Amino acid sequence: MIRIFNLTFLVFLFLVTKANSLIEIDITRGNLDPLPIAVSPLFQNDVSKKNSISELKIENVGSEISSVVENNLKTSGLFNPLSKEAFLQKPDIAHLKPRFEDWALIKAQALITGKVTIENKKLKVEFRLWDILAGREMMALAFTTVPSNWRRVGHIISDKVYERLTGEKGYFDTRIIYVSEEGPKTARVKKLAIMDQDGFNTKYLTLGNELVLTPRFNPTSQMVTYLSYFKNLPRVYLLDIETGTQEVVGDFPGMTFAPRFSPDGKKIIMSFAKDGNSDIYTMDLENRIVERITNHPSIDTSPSYSPDNRFITFNSDRSGYQQIYVMKSDGSNVKRISFGKGLYGTPVWSPRGDLIAFTKLHKGKFYIGVMRTDGSGERLLTENYYQEAPSWSPNGRVLIFYRETKSNDKGEGFSAKLWSIDLTGYNERQVQTETDASDPSWSSLLSN
Amino acid sequence: MYRGLLISSGFHVAIVAVSILALPFVAKKPLDIPPLISVELIQIAEKTNIPFAPKASKIIEKAKKENQKLLSEQAPPKKVKKDKKKEVQTDKNKNEISKLASKKTPTSDNKIEKLKKEKLNAVPMPDEDKQKIQPKEEKKQKPSKEINDENIKKIVQTKKPILDEKKVKQVSEFEKKEKLDLNEIAALIDKKKENLAETKKEQDKISQSSDNTMDYSKLTLSEEDALKAQIFTCWSVPIGLPFSEDLLVRVKLQLKPDGTIEKLEMMDHVKMNTPGKEKFRTLADSVRRAIQLCNPLKVPSSGYERWKNMILNFDARDMLGG
Repeated sequence: MIRIFNLTFLVFLFLVTKANSLIEIDITRGNLDPLPIAVSPLFQNDVSKKNSISELKIENVGSEISSVVENNLKTSGLFNPLSKEAFLQKPDIAHLKPRFEDWALIKAQALITGKVTIENKKLKVEFRLWDILAGREMMALAFTTVPSNWRRVGHIISDKVYERLTGEKGYFDTRIIYVSEEGPKTARVKKLAIMDQDGFNTKYLTLGNELVLTPRFNPTSQMVTYLSYFKNLPRVYLLDIETGTQEVVGDFPGMTFAPRFSPDGKKIIMSFAKDGNSDIYTMDLENRIVERITNHPSIDTSPSYSPDNRFITFNSDRSGYQQIYVMKSDGSNVKRISFGKGLYGTPVWSPRGDLIAFTKLHKGKFYIGVMRTDGSGERLLTENYYQEAPSWSPNGRVLIFYRETKSNDKGEGFSAKLWSIDLTGYNERQVQTETDASDPSWSSLLSN
Repeated sequence: MYRGLLISSGFHVAIVAVSILALPFVAKKPLDIPPLISVELIQIAEKTNIPFAPKASKIIEKAKKENQKLLSEQAPPKKVKKDKKKEVQTDKNKNEISKLASKKTPTSDNKIEKLKKEKLNAVPMPDEDKQKIQPKEEKKQKPSKEINDENIKKIVQTKKPILDEKKVKQVSEFEKKEKLDLNEIAALIDKKKENLAETKKEQDKISQSSDNTMDYSKLTLSEEDALKAQIFTCWSVPIGLPFSEDLLVRVKLQLKPDGTIEKLEMMDHVKMNTPGKEKFRTLADSVRRAIQLCNPLKVPSSGYERWKNMILNFDARDMLGG
């Protein structure tokens, strides 16, 4: 009897297991096409429109903000903003409750709607992000600021949307500092300039009397360190963007160059050259204590900290050719990581910490590339006649660098422009600047 | 003198013999034609479901054994008349037919003899044809291993295939070959038998839904690949996500027969609202969008029970792993 019972139980168990064994399919691939997104113009009522004209000299600031958002998302290469002409629903109704069928019809997968009001010299912007396919709201936020900040509101909305849909922080509410260049190649006037990452709101920080090079943002505040020639001696300077005050960093009896902040913003790391030898030094900005990091008869330069402050990458010709090295932040445990053909320079540690960007010179061509921090997985993203000085976006996805064109014997045809490229190597774009530009440096997110 | 002649002729004979035996062109051997390699084009779907073949071969072996057994049992020619016995012994198919006839219901194969007889007669009138096609109710017969006169009579008397009985299964390609359909041949001769041949063809169709030998727990490779290919195009992977082991989203789907998604269940839905798991939520959102974009899924045309419920594992680790 017990045997029969056991047997029945086993058969039952088998059947249950059989019934529950569902088909499982592993999906390990997807497409990397840009996500189709509809950015509806932000709705603005008539009163706000009047206020907008009086405050900003812009008739429809809602539409302008949506254009900023649209442009940001498009340049990221990850989104495909759909043409506004195809939109079936008006902005005011869409913001209250979008008809998802209408938006699905134009193949949108996400939708941004919003509303702008300007009252009492205050700009209030509400926006919502909708998932068209699921028919639900994904995010809703409101910002209040002074009306002149409307572009920045557009950048912040772009960052929020970008983060919600891609899973990583955005990089739109950021600024870029660079060296503005004007005039013929033999007599260039170089000034420090700062602008929004999309090329708007350019401001000049120096007058162009002295030669300036390699400006670098402090990751935590609005400070800039750069190289300037004073009385024909290159020295590292510190500039407060808000106050405009400048100071020389350290009192070195020689040339200092290639400065960069540590990730916590407390130190400046740079090269100091004396008697034909250059080594890497740090200076604490609080107590002004200078510390020597490398001590080698070769040229060590272009130092850059890892985001956790524990390591430093730099380039050195100690092997006979200029190559990239990594060491602990106290200068110990120096390891060469680049072993490819050609010369490697300007290593920059990614804010994510996983990659190091560099410039490579091989057979007369310049490359911008990335490699892992142990030197493996080298990938060259772009090749050109002359390009260098990559700088990471704060999310570690995009690199900005500058590219020069070849001039003829008379110095004609020369130009220097800023370019950006993302890690895929496909989304290469020129960054608009008012003048020729070189040596860009990307700030961290302003809204953080 | 004679000795020399003998030696000479001996040598000559030897040389001629060696020439005939040793030289290949003298031997005139028949050309060694390599055997023909027959290639059968089959549907991949029928072969990729692995448990199919072993099961089928077992069934075939079993069927063959039963046939042999039947033959040996039929050996004593006591009750079977000479002409009937011959027929049974010479045609294995007939054995099978008789077996089917005795166990289940008669199929179109059972009418071979009758059809042959009819062929001998004058061209049948249209009325007669109509009668043939009309389905007749058949009495179920008890299985009997012995073939007696009654059995044979019944086989012979069976005129029509049972049109609504379409569950005659063919377990494998091998058995398919063995089932030679004389109706088709008859149809070539007599156009009026085309109906019967068509019916047989319908019965012979191997459908995944009706085939017992299919493994119900999984899809064939081609079915799975077709589904994957469709979902690949719908899934926009959030490529901004940093690599981690948390890049796997499991979704349970309940589907309608036409592939429309009836129910979508995120298997780790708790994670979606957990603070600090925003990246997982982003990935899960992209998965949800992919499924909705692919709705309805291009599901296999048969075997609904197999894929009515399925789990999709969206794994972005390969794509975001660098």
